[in-house]
Amino acid sequence: MRVKKSVPISRCRGPGFLVLLSIAVIAAGVASMRLGHYQLPSAAVLDVFRSAITGIPSGQSQAVHNVVLAVRLPRVLSAMLVGACLAGAGVCYQTLFRNALAAPAILGVSAGAGFGAALAMLLHGSAMAVQGSAFVGGIVAVGSAMFIAGRLGRGSVLVLVLSGMVVSALFQALTSALKYVADPVDTMPTIVFWLLGGLGRVSSHDLAWAAPFTLTGMAVLFLLRWPTQVLEAGDDEARTLGVPVGNLRLVLIVAATLMTAAVTSISGIVGWVGLLVPHLARLIVGPAYAVLLPASVLLGAGYLLLVDDFCRSAFSSELPLGIATAILGAPVFVAVLAKGKRQWF
Amino acid sequence: MVLRVEGLVYRRVPGQPPVLDGIDLALGAGEILCLLGPNGTGKTTLLRCLIGALHLECGSVRIAGQTQRAPRALARKLAYVPQSASDSALTLLDTVLMGRTPHLPPLSHPGKHDEHLALTALERVGIAHLAGRPFNQVSGGERQLTLIARALAQAPRLFLMDEPTAGLDLGNQARVLRTIRDLAADGMTVLVTTHQPEHALLLGARVAALMGGRIAASGLAVDILQPEMLAMLYGTPVDVISHQGVPAAYMPRL
Repeated sequence: MRVKKSVPISRCRGPGFLVLLSIAVIAAGVASMRLGHYQLPSAAVLDVFRSAITGIPSGQSQAVHNVVLAVRLPRVLSAMLVGACLAGAGVCYQTLFRNALAAPAILGVSAGAGFGAALAMLLHGSAMAVQGSAFVGGIVAVGSAMFIAGRLGRGSVLVLVLSGMVVSALFQALTSALKYVADPVDTMPTIVFWLLGGLGRVSSHDLAWAAPFTLTGMAVLFLLRWPTQVLEAGDDEARTLGVPVGNLRLVLIVAATLMTAAVTSISGIVGWVGLLVPHLARLIVGPAYAVLLPASVLLGAGYLLLVDDFCRSAFSSELPLGIATAILGAPVFVAVLAKGKRQWF
Repeated sequence: MVLRVEGLVYRRVPGQPPVLDGIDLALGAGEILCLLGPNGTGKTTLLRCLIGALHLECGSVRIAGQTQRAPRALARKLAYVPQSASDSALTLLDTVLMGRTPHLPPLSHPGKHDEHLALTALERVGIAHLAGRPFNQVSGGERQLTLIARALAQAPRLFLMDEPTAGLDLGNQARVLRTIRDLAADGMTVLVTTHQPEHALLLGARVAALMGGRIAASGLAVDILQPEMLAMLYGTPVDVISHQGVPAAYMPRL
């Protein structure tokens, strides 16, 4: 049967578009390796990669090898990972809660991670302790929101979202209290800079720490993308369509929380990506979650990569990532809304 | 029996009178039951009890002889057509494809065969030409037909339809009623709520009149749909319009 495609939104729904997007993101990654205070030509970057893969010595100096493999590769990969995870968690929550304003931070993970990191810094913990504490803080915050919602809401999405708002406000207040009591010369600026977000200190060890949580969470989101799309029908209807709504919601929240907490622990708080990128992807590929999820993940990776490139090369000193995502995110989001109008919601 | 409900009691607020009080129903293969009753009498609540969305205070619901409550197993036996749907931007085809969910292997997606079945379901309700249109950009009638197509794609034994003709023009009402009649002719069981008693006559259905949370009367449409019963049910005098000596329509007396 021939179906007339009379959809007013432009849609590139096939896997071909996702493949093209993947290639574009990888190309942007390679191009990003050139950028920085120590400018490198593309040929030098590719030469170092060739040498690292094949073991054949390149014509590049050890300094170039170090810059490419030890400094820029972790940074570029972390920008892509953080962007992909925040966008993936954001589109998951927007579908899960059937709320266009949902973002990864909606259940309190960012506020909890911020508090965890600030607490570890106040106690003069190591960089690893700060990461671990941020991760645990994010999990505890979301766990608290789910506990409150479970006791009061009996599965109500609205109660869960409101519980997340309450928990976020509480942890933000606690973080403010920690800043208030912190040493204003030493500890408080450290806390403030961590909360502004940034990838300047990310190493390959940090990536290795975040990878198991992010990859596991992402795999869960991908494997469950069809039943997640069915949730758009509403809870009662999804149940009569064979979807175990309560269990699915729990699994998705756990997966998205693991991803978000892990990337926030290495990047600090990076806002707007999880809200903006899914809407951008929706404009391109349409609202079907099964396609929207991979498109959002790829666009999120590319978007944060470009923003991070801007942060580290636009000015003489590096701009915190969280500031840039907010300053760029607001006008881009308005443009996306103007383009999409009410066609999606 | 495809559907057997025994002694169903549902109470929304503890300590308050029950919304549904001692409901008994039994439907076999190929039967249509029209559930009539005034607004707020519990018709939709009863359907939500049958799909397992609400916890019963007591009583039992057996579908095809089993009290299976696992969503996937239930969805293979029962399809639910709600009164209204969320304002989704998915295409009609994507919406109908959701009906294939209980038949998919775990962690898999609908394939070409499922897409063919979904398009066939859309064609059966006469809107296959709209398959690529977003759900939130078609008329209310077309949305209702899409939800019926989704239920058809689900291929269950029992259909629960909550006012499926509400908001439809005469042509689309006829299309929905014909679909219900054909489903019954194919051996499916249909429980449909309606505010239009003549639809029960058109379908040759059994009727159950729900009033005050109880089944006030049940039986063949021609026996139950008497002016006195309808006046008691809806709280207003009702005239029966007959055609060639057979009741054909019901009009409230103003």
